[in-house]
Amino acid sequence: MEYFVIIIGSIFVSNIVLAQFLGICPFVGVSGKLSTSVGMGGAVLFVLTLATMVTWILQYYVLNPFGLGFMQTIVFILVIASLVQMVEIILKKVSPSLYSALGVFLPLITTNCAVLGVAILTIQKDFNLLEGVVYAISNAIGFTLAIVLFAGIREHLDLMEVPKGMKGVPIALVVAGILALSFFGFTGLV
Amino acid sequence: MNQIKNFTKGFIKENPVFVLLLGLCPTLGVTTSAINGLGMGLATTFVLFMSNLVVSVVRDAIPNKVRIPSFIIIIASFVTVVELVMQAYLPGLFEALGLFIPLIVVNCIVLGRAEAFASKNSVGSSLIDGLGMGLGFAFALTLLGGVRELLGAGAIFGFNLLEGDLMLVFILAPGAFIALGYLVAIINKFNKA
Repeated sequence: MEYFVIIIGSIFVSNIVLAQFLGICPFVGVSGKLSTSVGMGGAVLFVLTLATMVTWILQYYVLNPFGLGFMQTIVFILVIASLVQMVEIILKKVSPSLYSALGVFLPLITTNCAVLGVAILTIQKDFNLLEGVVYAISNAIGFTLAIVLFAGIREHLDLMEVPKGMKGVPIALVVAGILALSFFGFTGLV
Repeated sequence: MNQIKNFTKGFIKENPVFVLLLGLCPTLGVTTSAINGLGMGLATTFVLFMSNLVVSVVRDAIPNKVRIPSFIIIIASFVTVVELVMQAYLPGLFEALGLFIPLIVVNCIVLGRAEAFASKNSVGSSLIDGLGMGLGFAFALTLLGGVRELLGAGAIFGFNLLEGDLMLVFILAPGAFIALGYLVAIINKFNKA
């Protein structure tokens, strides 16, 4: 039951992009085309889950026992940066097909605040390791859902007649606002 | 003259938020009121200023291959400083900004300026660049926070200005996107004129 609440809560009710404002840069930057946004979602799912696992273990087995809680920010970002690099190298060797699909998105993920944000939130919410992993996966799904929906709308938007001053980013932001408004309908679900 | 231009470019012409569209997560996340926007903007300015300073001082000592991780460590150290100082002296603001303080580390503006400017320029111009960009960011956040607070709560910096039915949606998440969308459109208009 508890896991169910975490899953629904992080995909729909407090969607990571539309309600918590994490990962806006890729949300606006790589949502021009449907196919690239799916690729970005896959890469985030991969890195987010791994990063949350590794940072959780570090927090409870290294930082806490040694009283180094204040080092959290520095340690987490280093872990994420090196993890992304490692995933890239391993993927290139082990699965070239997956690498060619996700490769270009991987370097961008280091500065995706969704990854660091979810890692820190997992600690703040006192989740255990399994809950943390479920939380990470459902947030990644929520991210993918938001970015894919948004990309679908933007592809249609390209064919519309938009007032000159609103073309490009401004209209995209307003559309994102309306999308966020519709996600507001899930409030109170769990 | 050149240094003045270097300082003022961050406000309108190369404004990190409205023109370059960097650092949108904190921009949208914390600007429920003008004061939160200003607080976040100044915290980021401090980090930007200090990291630009350190990066421009050590830029010749860092091997090219490991420069990005080194920049990230420098930035993360100053973010930790801000985090601890704010927790001690401004607990209210610390509470309001919450998760977005540690997230200054991944704010693309900070790393972007370190990589694009401070790693190539002298200490003096890097400092001015950091200050200008940071204040431009603070200006953008305060403006967006002010607009949202005025429309959603009828106040600016907590002073009541409007009465009657207000558009609460501007304080909530969807309003952040919509308000920023219109502000970007207005600034675009200014820049072209």
